[in-house]
Amino acid sequence: MTNLEDLYREIILDHYRSPRNRGELDSPPAHRVEGFNPLCGDEVVVTLLVDDGQVKDIKFAGSGCSISQSSASLMSSAVKGKSVDEARQLIRTFKSMMSIHEASLDPDGSDGAGSDGDGADAGAGGDLLDVRKIGELAALQGVVKFPVRIKCATLSWNALAQGLDEAAAGS
Amino acid sequence: MTTELAAGRDPSVPTPTRRLDVETLRKDFPLLGRTVHGRPIVYLDSSASALQPRQVLAAMDQYYETTHANVHRGVYVTAEEATARYESARVAVGRFIGAPDPEREIVFTKNATEALNLVARSWGAANLAAGDVVVVTEMEHHSNLVPWLMLAAERGIELRYLEVDAEGRLDLSDLDRVLDRAKAVAVSAMSNVLGTINPLAAISKAAHEAGAVVIADGAQAVPHLPVDVSELGVDFIAFSAHKLMGPTGIGAMWGRSSILETMPPFLGGGGMILDVRLDRFLPAETPHRFEAGTPPIAEAVGFAAAVEYLNGIGMDRIRQHEHELTSYALRAIEERLGDDCRVFGPPFGPDRGGVLSLAYRDVHAHDLAQVLDQFGVCVRPGHHCAKPLMRRLGVTATARASLALYNDEHDVDTLIEGLIEAGRLFG
Repeated sequence: MTNLEDLYREIILDHYRSPRNRGELDSPPAHRVEGFNPLCGDEVVVTLLVDDGQVKDIKFAGSGCSISQSSASLMSSAVKGKSVDEARQLIRTFKSMMSIHEASLDPDGSDGAGSDGDGADAGAGGDLLDVRKIGELAALQGVVKFPVRIKCATLSWNALAQGLDEAAAGS
Repeated sequence: MTTELAAGRDPSVPTPTRRLDVETLRKDFPLLGRTVHGRPIVYLDSSASALQPRQVLAAMDQYYETTHANVHRGVYVTAEEATARYESARVAVGRFIGAPDPEREIVFTKNATEALNLVARSWGAANLAAGDVVVVTEMEHHSNLVPWLMLAAERGIELRYLEVDAEGRLDLSDLDRVLDRAKAVAVSAMSNVLGTINPLAAISKAAHEAGAVVIADGAQAVPHLPVDVSELGVDFIAFSAHKLMGPTGIGAMWGRSSILETMPPFLGGGGMILDVRLDRFLPAETPHRFEAGTPPIAEAVGFAAAVEYLNGIGMDRIRQHEHELTSYALRAIEERLGDDCRVFGPPFGPDRGGVLSLAYRDVHAHDLAQVLDQFGVCVRPGHHCAKPLMRRLGVTATARASLALYNDEHDVDTLIEGLIEAGRLFG
């Protein structure tokens, strides 16, 4: 069962059982973004309040598996109160972590950045090494060993990215 | 065991004299020899795609090694043989479903989805205009729903739905009203989510009285039930080879020849024409009219080998085995998991196929499937390409275990063992 324990780490199960920041903020003033995973039908709703270049508040709702729900919970905890720039940096780092798998499969041993659809976000190789700085989020690292589940993990992060873009465009 | 099963047997399901020797049959399926995560594979995903017996693989190998050439073209020996193999596959596949005129009525397609699109596009183009009514059901797979939604968007046809009742059956109480002015009824012969076997003969009779044609999705029914198109009374039925132990890449659409002959071509290209000029073309007769381009020849050979394999066992015996195993599974789940496990679809009975869509406690289907994988158990998590039905059931996803002739009680027991572990992990 080693494999499974890689995926379902205690922090993940904790955030799944006791999700942080669950619910919806009033929209407006909050930005509301819906995300869908067409593979499993999971839906996530992220509402975020951006003011003065800062993520003042964020909540998530919807239904999904332990990976999508815990990732949304961890995401909301990680970005709440952070500046928009810091939140964007976290998104990049998280997306990089979710594509390490591809790099490790690369027969040439190159870093593999840009090898998938999220490649533009993967950017500089430096992001790949920032995993140590992201605290609890690192618990989701095991997901890359289960490629089908990566979309579960990134669902709420894509919604966050879209919400930040919309907030920037709207302000 | 036999006594227990006999007690649950419905008298309307015929009891073949010889039971399946599953242990011996399993040896025909090389993939069942695999281990995953150190455990023997338990394949419970045949509704998504069934495994292939070595007889099918051998037939395709033999074809490629001795015969391969393009069909309907060359005059050399292997080209003639390839054409004969391809056309005899058409007849074998047609006879498997009781087609009265298989040489002309079986159209090979890429899969059941393409077959249903072919009907919607070709028959629909010739027969449907704005305001015309097509009846669909809430339990359809997207492949028998989205092509009609596309026509609704493009041509302004009206879609009317047969609803699903609390037990997972079609609500036919208002059938006459729903059929009023309908030109077509698109209905699944057996639900890929609920296992419900729909009363197609009754639906066809009512549809024909209302002047509508019946387009059946046979993707789940044809591999698991004895199917005779004359008994069902449908006008079209679509199915895929890979769900009935043949190869991927080929499916079939049976259509009543009197209707097929009136339909325009689907795709244009080589093979589907009698003559082409710079300003016009003359389409070929059916079924070639609907088969543009080089067809999947080796796959047709494999398709024929698959129906031959199933015929050799007997579809009535296969149905009986799966029926008894469904009974065992439903009982075992209820006895060992109780209220923790919900199985969607009708209770055990003659209209219940071997498809078990499960919800276990509050564990998400993806997590259930991930834990089950550790036990070697292959199930399908998700919406099963039936999102309107999932909304009706009030869930976003289920974990679906589906039974086939090579499954046995041990497979069901391992499934339950895995569910209990998932409950422990996420409890």
